[in-house]
Amino acid sequence: MSNTSNETIEVKNTTCYMCACRCGIRVTVKNGQVKYIQGNPEHPLNKGVICAKGSSGIMKQYSPARLNQPLKRKANAERGDSEFEAISWEEAFSILEERLAEIRRTDPKKFAMFTGRDQMQALTGLFAKQFGTPNYAAHGGFCSVNMAAGMIYTIGGSFWEFGGPDLERSKLFIMFGTAEDHHSNPLKMAISKFKRDGGRFISVNPIRTGYSAIADEWVPIKPGTDGALILAIIHEIINLGLYDREFLVQYSNSPHLVNLDENDDNFGMFVRNQEFKADEVHPQDQQWWDRNTNQAVDTHTEGADPYLLGDFKLEDGTPVKPAFQLLADRVKDYTPEWAAKITGIPVQTIKRLAHEMGITARDEMIELPIAWTDVWGNEQESVRGNPVSFHAMRGLAAHSNGFHSIRALSILMSLLGTIDRPGGFRHKAPFPRPIPPCPKTPNGPQGIKPNTPLGGMPLGWPADPNDLFVDEKGEAIRLDKAFSWEYPLSVHGMMHNAITNAWRGDPYSIDTLFIFMANMAWNSSMNTSEVRKMLNDKHENGEYKIPFLVVADAFQSEMVAYADLVLPDTTYLERHDVMSMLDRPISEYEGPVDSVRVPVVPPTGDCKPFQEVLIELGSRLKLPAFTTADGERKYKDYPEFVTNFETEPGSGIGFLAGWRGKGGEKFMRGEPNPKQWEMYANNNCVFQYELPKSYQYMRNWNKGYLTWAKNHALTRYTDPILIHIYSEVLQKFRLAAQGKYAGKQPPERLKERIETYFDPLPFYYSPLETQLSDTNKYPLNAVTQRPMAMYHSWDSQNAWLRQIHTYNYLYMSPKLGEEGGFDDGDWVWVESQHGKVRCMCRFSEAVEPGTVWTWNAIGKAAGAWNLENDANESRQGFLLNHLISEELPAGKHGEHMSNSDPITGQASWYDVQVRVYKAEETDADHSLPQFKPQKTVPGQAIRSKLVAFFAGGRK
Amino acid sequence: MHPAFSVIFLTTLIGVGQGLFIAVFTAEYFNWIGLLNVEVDPMFYIIGGLVSLVFMAGGLLASFFHLGHPERAWRAASQWRTSWLSREVIALPAFMAIEFLYVLAHYLQFNEPTTIIIGIVGVIATFALFICTGMIYACLSFLREWASPLTIINFILFGLASGFIFATAYSAYANPAFVQTFGWFAVAFTVVVFITRSLSLSRNQKLKQKPKTTTQTAIGSHHTQVTQRSQGQMGGSYNTREFFHGKTEMFLKNMRGIFMVLVFPVPMILMGLGLSAGNPNLLLAAFVIQYVGLIAERWYFFAQVNHPQNLYYQTVS
Amino acid sequence: MTQLALVIDLNVCVGCHACVTSCKQWNTSGDAGPLPDDNPYGANPTGVFFNRVQTYEVGKFPNTETIHFPKSCLHCEDAPCVPVCPTGASYKRKEDGIVLVDYDKCIGCKYCSWACPYGAREFDEHDKVMKKCTLCVDRIYDQNLPETERKPACVMACPPGARLFGDIHDPDSEVSSAIREQGGFALMPELGTQPSNHYLPRHKRKIPIHEDELVRVDSPLAKEEKKDYDEGSASLEDSASW
Repeated sequence: MSNTSNETIEVKNTTCYMCACRCGIRVTVKNGQVKYIQGNPEHPLNKGVICAKGSSGIMKQYSPARLNQPLKRKANAERGDSEFEAISWEEAFSILEERLAEIRRTDPKKFAMFTGRDQMQALTGLFAKQFGTPNYAAHGGFCSVNMAAGMIYTIGGSFWEFGGPDLERSKLFIMFGTAEDHHSNPLKMAISKFKRDGGRFISVNPIRTGYSAIADEWVPIKPGTDGALILAIIHEIINLGLYDREFLVQYSNSPHLVNLDENDDNFGMFVRNQEFKADEVHPQDQQWWDRNTNQAVDTHTEGADPYLLGDFKLEDGTPVKPAFQLLADRVKDYTPEWAAKITGIPVQTIKRLAHEMGITARDEMIELPIAWTDVWGNEQESVRGNPVSFHAMRGLAAHSNGFHSIRALSILMSLLGTIDRPGGFRHKAPFPRPIPPCPKTPNGPQGIKPNTPLGGMPLGWPADPNDLFVDEKGEAIRLDKAFSWEYPLSVHGMMHNAITNAWRGDPYSIDTLFIFMANMAWNSSMNTSEVRKMLNDKHENGEYKIPFLVVADAFQSEMVAYADLVLPDTTYLERHDVMSMLDRPISEYEGPVDSVRVPVVPPTGDCKPFQEVLIELGSRLKLPAFTTADGERKYKDYPEFVTNFETEPGSGIGFLAGWRGKGGEKFMRGEPNPKQWEMYANNNCVFQYELPKSYQYMRNWNKGYLTWAKNHALTRYTDPILIHIYSEVLQKFRLAAQGKYAGKQPPERLKERIETYFDPLPFYYSPLETQLSDTNKYPLNAVTQRPMAMYHSWDSQNAWLRQIHTYNYLYMSPKLGEEGGFDDGDWVWVESQHGKVRCMCRFSEAVEPGTVWTWNAIGKAAGAWNLENDANESRQGFLLNHLISEELPAGKHGEHMSNSDPITGQASWYDVQVRVYKAEETDADHSLPQFKPQKTVPGQAIRSKLVAFFAGGRK
Repeated sequence: MHPAFSVIFLTTLIGVGQGLFIAVFTAEYFNWIGLLNVEVDPMFYIIGGLVSLVFMAGGLLASFFHLGHPERAWRAASQWRTSWLSREVIALPAFMAIEFLYVLAHYLQFNEPTTIIIGIVGVIATFALFICTGMIYACLSFLREWASPLTIINFILFGLASGFIFATAYSAYANPAFVQTFGWFAVAFTVVVFITRSLSLSRNQKLKQKPKTTTQTAIGSHHTQVTQRSQGQMGGSYNTREFFHGKTEMFLKNMRGIFMVLVFPVPMILMGLGLSAGNPNLLLAAFVIQYVGLIAERWYFFAQVNHPQNLYYQTVS
Repeated sequence: MTQLALVIDLNVCVGCHACVTSCKQWNTSGDAGPLPDDNPYGANPTGVFFNRVQTYEVGKFPNTETIHFPKSCLHCEDAPCVPVCPTGASYKRKEDGIVLVDYDKCIGCKYCSWACPYGAREFDEHDKVMKKCTLCVDRIYDQNLPETERKPACVMACPPGARLFGDIHDPDSEVSSAIREQGGFALMPELGTQPSNHYLPRHKRKIPIHEDELVRVDSPLAKEEKKDYDEGSASLEDSASW
């Protein structure tokens, strides 16, 4: 590039943030303007590629939707009217300091903090914990917590940031319910190479777009029925003996003997050797039935070889069965014929899928010449793998039967012997973690005290009913009712309940709702219209039911209009940021990776990076982590915080794993290094550690790896992480509901629900909403997915990306048009039992006929994102969320049960049932509902009618 | 195609101008070779030529509205080796220059055969211009509606018909002796172009039944059912504006009906009446109505083309 | 004689539009730019792009194929847009076969776009000249770029690596090999334009299953048979008390 005398060209590496993939980018700045953003060729994650969103960062940076000044709602203005006055940061901080200090002093849980799809959970979670409020969550409960929980409670890891398919060596790859962008660029690169190397790619999805377009086979499935398909495949695999016996015996709890004495309080628990040493944290005291000696022995006894099937009696007469036998019993009736009726997939296809998986796993075994030692001391000469891999995401997760469907998938992956093995599934650091991982919430009201950090984590992993965060009556303590008997394993919180519960004052009212990067007045809510009303709703005395609303965002989203206080965030090109191991890291299979962002251009207007806001607030509130022993402010700013913060004084563990130690010579654990940011910036903003090969596989049971991980503070224990084919954790909850487990028990109204759904083995049930819907009146499923060129609601303010997705259609089979008497492109109503939306239809052969779908979050409220009032996003675009309720119709379990998975609280927005019919001509030429146009706010740039971008000055 | 009025006016106006010149010169030529024996004041040729030049200039002016950079239009003469448009850019001013010489020659009272020679060169230039103009469209081989000799023939005949009708009206005021000659030529040309235009309409109709280029060849698929689901943008693009007429099928059909009526039967009736009654106003009306019809015809000429690129712009989503 | 071109692999294109906006951002600030966007924040935003990604559906449910289809100027060997240009602004380079528009000569008559059957050209209503893909001629010879980056922006960006770049007249180039070995095809071949850009078709991978290979003698189920634990079989010995 030329560098003439009046041109300054700068090139800087940083990390993209147009989505959660976090590719490395190289940004060229000319005369202070961003000119070109390319993938950084030296970055391990994306190796130089970049997607449509990353390439459009310029239009995000210069979008007129940007918020440039802190704002306060005008005194006599209503929420939602966007009547703001610009204020200084000092005033904003004073308002917050005063209010939050008072809350902290009196009742910390009145401060609720919810964030959207950010990657700052390490910092925001820390802030909430230090503040002392339990009411914190990010978007996971709304998004895909089922995927995380279902798999982590089975194999100690999950997909996406936590693990994924080893497409490098795999030969058969099956993808379930994955939206176009999940895991994005690395997955695109991997699938391409996989196909070019001769792999076979099967996609199970009601819709054929994106990745599924290049699948060798498309299996169109009815939404919400994937569990049935997977269980039928497991049935077939077990019947034909296509499972990896050796793998299951050594590395899972398949052979462990389960107590089947119905009169025993330990019914359904594993039998244990009572004489075992009590001082071990995780005693390996469970039992096998040894084929050689025909008796019960401790697991992994040398020379023993257990039965997987059969029923036996212990010496004391207790009837027992291996867990695997119980699994076989469970899937006995889950035949392919049964599944075909539910899923709409032909019987032969179901059988063939099972056969392909089983045969490939069995006959195409890989062996790598890598010696390793397992935790039982056995030296292995090689690492073996069965090259069948999977990937799955929200298509399985966003259903109220998602947890069990995903448990079934994890079990299938385990039966095929593919966990942390080449060609199968591989973990990414810090996974694998114990089942369940160690962090816990407080388990009672005693965890919340004024002016005190929370006595536990705001979000955690219950292992036991006694870990639940409930009061003496067994009712929820968190605002969103997560970790209560209503949603016990809601490990990512339940953002979708926050506003409704705060409005209703159930379980209690709060004072301040602090929202960061979450568009909860629009697409990050179910039942959007009602939620908007709730935000505005007042008591009879004129006070808002949710007294104070703070919104921090970089752009004028629909949520901003409802704020009392608006804090303008910077874009990703303007700040420091951390993709930390303590949060959602970007690790690779080969070892831990973390990365940073560094500013490429200075902040625009009066924007302040949100991280700085939290550091400032934390310092002003004198939260212990941000305050020295003398009561002074500890950190000047966010970069200093990141460099110097340690999880405990002297622990050596901080937000960043790379270049620790005085001179940057240590990693994972080490003293703060004042030059750490510099060293990251000089290294493509990324730190990558490649584990020795012998530590890279079989990590759940790999002695070398577990020891290394413990020494490097990734994990607390070196005990093996056996795969939970049978989940004792779930059984404990079931026993509690039956009154057989010591300690906390569910309230009466929830006993049946817990007993039903907390089944130690997966089972198939129709989604809860479906059970409560009239499926004759509403016979169709409605789902959404994300297009490749947009992420959440983040991109309609982007002049280039919005030309690709300017508004949205409801895609459906032409058969629906034939039946309903309407044509391709006509206006139609799509209606559920909760509401209806007017939109345009688009016929497609790439969707199974019982499903209608649209792109996520393309439809916008008029005026939001500083778009013109007649922009297509609001005139023709529509939001399906209006059809979905965050609560189930009143039923036997309660009047206001969340429309969520009963185990994890995962928002079940794919469960909605709808019908579609033609809209009358007189119904006007735009979508419905329409909303009053949102005004621009002070500090926003004027929209231009023409953009002819030429970086750095006139041509 | 999206019909551009600048080009519609260009081709119809120069068509009139060219036809008028041919008419005026035909009168002089027939007189010279003795087919006619009419007393002619040179002003007849001068005014006729000047009016023709006005039509030509009008067309030329209209054409500038079609250009993004009319100030560089002179460059357009440089690629005459390959481009019919470039050739037209030479032929048009060349014809106008010759026509101007013709007018000048009469003004300076050069006698025949000088003016006849200039005139013959002018006729050659006229036909060269007709051919260049027609070939601009006809040389685009995959715009099948245009890629036919009929395109050029129609241009020529429409130009001649409209020019001769104008000449008829003109001579009704300027030199009634030529009215019958011009009139019957005008009628003859109109009748012949009715046939040739109808032939091209029916040919174009048949083209729809056996398309050479399909969505299959456009994306390389061998399946019988290939449908576009998205064209890559949703707010429109140059490709959706320049190549689609943007009207309904009904509108298109109506335009065809309009021009078929206004170009052929109505002017012929008016001509017939005007010729028999000797009423110059009817003759002028015939010209005006046919010209309006020609605008509609030219609109239809553009709108009727199915550009292969349209296969790539069928559906928005 | 060199003919540079792109080969688009439809077998791995996932329709992510990376090529669309990476081209836009490179070119708007480069020699071929700026590329305008009209009504960028209003109704029916429309801008000049050199590359678009389209989607087609082939067949009927359940045998539907979804094809993501990127389209940009094909730099035809017999480019119909070149001879028709009256000013010579539209020209094909002899040294590498790239078809370009000289913005200084273009009079904006749009004739070249009429002559292109692929709709590869877009008219800039503000600069009033025709614009189109330049094969990033300003990148591929730029000595200031590392050699690995002397490629079109779209080729560098494409995450599945579906865009290949090279000389299709060189039989040993990556693009020529791909065309030969994978059945690369031209668009609208019946029109005789001889596009230089080629597309690689989809191919399917199957796993054949032989029913009689499903269950093996050494299947794990064999180990579940309950053994005969010989503690001595029952006999009269156990029953008789005498």
